[in-house]
Amino acid sequence: MTAEQIIFYIATGFILVSALMVVTTRNLIHAALWLVATLFGVAVVYATLDASFLAVVQVVVYIGAIAIMFIFAVMLTKRNLLDHVPQTNSNWPWAAGIAALTGAGLLYTASQLSTFGAQRPALSGDALMNLGKALVSPDAFVLPFEVASILLLAALIGAVYLAKK
Amino acid sequence: MNFWTDPIHVIYQGLMQTFTGWGMAAEVAGILINLLGIVLMITAIMVLDIFLVWIERKVVARFQDRLGPNRVGPWGIFQPFPDIIKLVLKEDITPAGADKWVFNLAPILSLASVIFLWAVVPLASRIYGVDLNVALLYLVASGSIGTLSIIMAGWSSNNKYALVGAYRMVANMVSYEIPLAASLLIPTILSGSMSLTNIVNQQAHGVWFFFVSPLGALLFLVAAIAELGRSPFDLNEGESEIVAGFHIEYTGMKFGLFYAGELLHAFTFGGFVAALFFGGWHGPWAEEYPLLGAFYFVAKAMLGYWIIMWIKYTVPRIRIDHMLAFNWKFLTPLAFALLIVTALTHRFLMDFPTWVYVPGMFLSNVLVAWATLEILRGNARRERLAAEAH
Repeated sequence: MTAEQIIFYIATGFILVSALMVVTTRNLIHAALWLVATLFGVAVVYATLDASFLAVVQVVVYIGAIAIMFIFAVMLTKRNLLDHVPQTNSNWPWAAGIAALTGAGLLYTASQLSTFGAQRPALSGDALMNLGKALVSPDAFVLPFEVASILLLAALIGAVYLAKK
Repeated sequence: MNFWTDPIHVIYQGLMQTFTGWGMAAEVAGILINLLGIVLMITAIMVLDIFLVWIERKVVARFQDRLGPNRVGPWGIFQPFPDIIKLVLKEDITPAGADKWVFNLAPILSLASVIFLWAVVPLASRIYGVDLNVALLYLVASGSIGTLSIIMAGWSSNNKYALVGAYRMVANMVSYEIPLAASLLIPTILSGSMSLTNIVNQQAHGVWFFFVSPLGALLFLVAAIAELGRSPFDLNEGESEIVAGFHIEYTGMKFGLFYAGELLHAFTFGGFVAALFFGGWHGPWAEEYPLLGAFYFVAKAMLGYWIIMWIKYTVPRIRIDHMLAFNWKFLTPLAFALLIVTALTHRFLMDFPTWVYVPGMFLSNVLVAWATLEILRGNARRERLAAEAH
């Protein structure tokens, strides 16, 4: 087992455990903090895949913005954060069955891929530079990039308009 | 290759020979040496942090026309050690209603978010942790972990003052992240890279980015002080309203971690100002002798830290609505305008020789600053006339 595999198993185990804690813990703030841990684990997986940009953006966007917003929203709701109602309803065996089936289906599909179990090819060149060029190159992703920019700009102007009202 | 031209490599080779001589596999030895390096680096930073306590207290004393610590050791230089003994011996209290795990995790995360930063800081030409190609985003990312630690501390203390203090601090940090990120983009544009090593290398031969973009350096400094939560942006505390803010319930060394983290954070941002705008480790003979470069870097970082202290102990605390208005209505638009101007001027002037490029970029900054002042003056005049008309 290589060092990379060891890190991968530790990170994925951490992701699975913390994701389980997100849905099972009864304290909403704890759930939000476990979600932060999950997202951090995903950032570690990105880093081991040489996607340093994605890893750092994962931390900036999900932990720095979205998780903070979650925590704020939870704190501004009712004071009683401990919920005593049952966490499942009568349909849980169906949900579990569908989830297991989906998981098995995904696993089967992945095992049918020709690259399943293959070694990761080494990256050529600076990944960040390639990503940056791809985002503004006409034969790559310039259109989705610009569409997303316009969407964000519209949201920004909308927010300013609502705040001015 | 000898010790003076490439110290880290020589030490690495020496340790490698020793460890493999003991019959250790080369990969294991490599991991072990890297771990040792990390532990040594963190230890060195923490020891430096101890003396930062003394520097901070001594400098604030001089600004306030006092003597400061002067009893333990020459010039009171060993004063931090009694301080530490006191902090360690104090009772370690976890409040009854506190959320134990979150409460104890918060100070660790707070200090860790600062120590993370030192992984990417280039101390000298061949002395750095890692040459990360997204180092500037990494700075923002570890800042967001610091934000998280503050909200964790404020919430888990089960204290209204702590929660209000954390809200204020987080509102401050989240909003000033935007001008901070925009001002970080200016060295990125100028050097064409987000790696700190590359940014520092682009500033060789005295073309410091401070001369190319003085307004960018100023914006970064202001945003960094706000991100640090130091005066005039220290809304997290307020003796008459919320006492000590988010760390009100912390005692002993747990408070010590927050305090050490704050001081180290200020020094670290001094280091970032030095690396981004003042040529980092560059100086006479720094290229050949990396240890000299490290000395220059620490000296420049200390200067940046001194400026942050100077502002902290001169300017009073700003009100929260003024703080937010200053960010959203002044700093953020200015940062984006400067970003656009810098990008365009840089693209236009980049093929010209240095003696045209640097004054051209400098002039563009002066023009942006002048236009800002004119707009501000116009606004002020309009407001005054409107007030007089009433």
